[in-house]
Amino acid sequence: MAETALDGVRVIEYCQMISGPYCGKLLADLGAEVIKVEEPPAGDAARARGPFPSDVPHPEKSGLFLYLNTNKLGVTLNLSTASGRQVFQRLAEQADVLIEDRPPGEMAKLGLDYASLSAINPRLIVTSITPFGQTGPYRDYKSYHLNLYHASGHSSFFYVAPQERREESLVVAGGEVGDYDGGLAAAVATLAALFARLATGQGQHIDISKFEALLALERVAVALFANMPDPPPWPGMVGGLMPCRDGYVVVTPVQSHQWQALMELMGNPAWAQDEKCHDELTRAQHRDKIQPLLEEWSAQHDKEDLYHKGQALGVPIGPVRTVAEITHWPQARQRGFFAHLDHPQAGRLEYPTAAYRMSETPWRVERTAPLLGEHNEQVYCGRLGYSREQLARMAADGTI
Amino acid sequence: MTTGPLEGVRILDFTWAWAGPHATLLLSFLGAEVIKVESHHRLDHTRLRSLMTGPTMTSPDHSVIFHDLNVGKLSLTLNLSQPKAVEIAKRVAQISDVVTENMRPGVMERLGLSYDDLKTVKPDIIMLSSSAVGATGPERAYAGYAPTFAAMSGLAHITGHADGPPMPLSGAVDLRVGTTSAFAILAALYYRARTGKGQHIDLSSTEAASALIGHTFMDYSMNSRVQTRMGNHDHMMAPHNSYRCLGEDKRVTIAVASQEEWDALRRVVGDSRLDDERFADASSRWQNQEALDPLIGEWTASHSQEEITQALQKVGVAAMPLLDGRALVRDAHLRERGILEPMQCPLIGERLTLSPPWRFSRTPAQIRRPGPLLGEHNQYVLGELLGMSSDEIERLVAEEVLY
Repeated sequence: MAETALDGVRVIEYCQMISGPYCGKLLADLGAEVIKVEEPPAGDAARARGPFPSDVPHPEKSGLFLYLNTNKLGVTLNLSTASGRQVFQRLAEQADVLIEDRPPGEMAKLGLDYASLSAINPRLIVTSITPFGQTGPYRDYKSYHLNLYHASGHSSFFYVAPQERREESLVVAGGEVGDYDGGLAAAVATLAALFARLATGQGQHIDISKFEALLALERVAVALFANMPDPPPWPGMVGGLMPCRDGYVVVTPVQSHQWQALMELMGNPAWAQDEKCHDELTRAQHRDKIQPLLEEWSAQHDKEDLYHKGQALGVPIGPVRTVAEITHWPQARQRGFFAHLDHPQAGRLEYPTAAYRMSETPWRVERTAPLLGEHNEQVYCGRLGYSREQLARMAADGTI
Repeated sequence: MTTGPLEGVRILDFTWAWAGPHATLLLSFLGAEVIKVESHHRLDHTRLRSLMTGPTMTSPDHSVIFHDLNVGKLSLTLNLSQPKAVEIAKRVAQISDVVTENMRPGVMERLGLSYDDLKTVKPDIIMLSSSAVGATGPERAYAGYAPTFAAMSGLAHITGHADGPPMPLSGAVDLRVGTTSAFAILAALYYRARTGKGQHIDLSSTEAASALIGHTFMDYSMNSRVQTRMGNHDHMMAPHNSYRCLGEDKRVTIAVASQEEWDALRRVVGDSRLDDERFADASSRWQNQEALDPLIGEWTASHSQEEITQALQKVGVAAMPLLDGRALVRDAHLRERGILEPMQCPLIGERLTLSPPWRFSRTPAQIRRPGPLLGEHNQYVLGELLGMSSDEIERLVAEEVLY
């Protein structure tokens, strides 16, 4: 087996749903040993949120949970019991990283915040992921993906032309992508802290606000407003989303050679000689004249046909695709973006892997998502040295 | 100045546009020294006059778009169409830890700056190549930008109103790709620190966006189901929508997951019609959300964003205003968190830019300097780092190697 990038890094993940678990997954998939701590009896709330095979809810068959928890070990632990908190401390004592997503202040109440844990393990890195961060007036606010996505301005920065149809743009992005963003930002910071620790030997606390992680992805737009109280409305690029016979394509003919290539794809129409088409700025100025001509043309073609012919000429163009089309896309398949994994309860399913092919430390699967409490014995007896009898007692008294 | 986590890491950066520069921007926030290779011969198009910069921009050093994506970096102008410039690039690579590029697959090879080329001068170099659909596979030569990544990743298809067109989102998709790149580079740096081995990272921007909606692919694998657009609705939660409030174009979002949240919302709204059986449990609320939404909307329409947010948050219901650029830069929470930082730029003047998105207790991330002018750090890189004499450097300028 190839070496992994994060071999030997020990992570405790005390998180639910998407952001924290995605952070843990990113580390686990590159070789970190991630122990996922779940509260009995239900565990991670993602287990109760589908998709489920045939839409029949089952805690071991949630597609959301299965995707976000590959390569992790799973234990159950009840932190509302004193013995549960003690076990948690022992896990943290041996860990390099703790990722937690409890509301600000809650870990402190349990005696398991950075201040308490760093006293027993000064090398520990604690990454706290919350909707709004550990400080500030909104710190105690609750927020789901819908709320955070719209609050962070993302929907207001969508461009839909014409301006009268702006209402259309005020939608949340699909796939809870904004929650994944929080996890990705947290993973970047966590790795940076691990790297720093190689030199300093010291751990630290990282405060991740999902709100700010989203905001960071709109840094150009945010800075625009910060420096200009009333910027002119974005006129919209010519091209963008265009209808096809069988769906849509997106075209971004921003630079002049790209526009020329698009015109070539269209068979060099006579109107393209007009001064209005001279450059990106004049085209945007006359968008209402030019855009209908583009759309009238694109609507007569098939999206994949325009994609391949356009790309051959140098047009940055892409078809709007469904998950079905992407799953069967030869480019992604040839690169091995999908992997078939066998899970003891959910069966054999096809999972997206990762966007990066690392030549020395490839993405790999050692195990599928853990069953609830699957690794209790391995972790509590094997790692922490509890006896089988103690384990049975912990199960009986509700500690695990 | 305190040290960032990547203090001492040097990055030779050939990326341009948005995605690649965002990756090295994040690494520069973390303390890496990023040397951006640019040229008048082939300007980063974010330095060019465009729709984004506006028609009045006077020079490539006045682009605010470039600035906001490149704060903290150094600029070295190398005209890579000249063999001497390629040689200099290799010498800088020799004293760097990471090389990044997002040219079309094949271009770095043609220039003699491929991973194999650079490995011969720096055996433990880490190199990230970021492209539209990856450096291998039948479509490796294809090009793309944020909107095409959104389209081809599956993200656009599931974003939009149920009866409307898909939404290709915005430049944020590029920055997601950049964040993914930064993560992969950090993992490679950690690996190298412990094993002494570098490596090559081949990143597909389209796959990066797909990975961020991974569970929607699981639904296809399980059920052959193709999820589609559903506006602001959710697969399970209801109410789950954006509602108009008092004031022009003001909206608030409300999302309810549990029975406790529903009961709390019902008490605050105080409308007896919500006690209807059709809304009694989560699944009936979801079934009847067409009837439910107007009732919530009636209540929100007569209250301000702030009133609604505070009243609902107080009882544990997730409610937030929908904020736009104007509101965000005035937002009290963000101000207290200090998300905007003033930079003194030699040509642009004072400019507020967004702070790094993470808070480290020990090794703070920070912006070390404003965005670089073209070639601002030629002297530093060639003189101080490579030890060239002023005569040599002047000759390179005259030969348009430094250009």
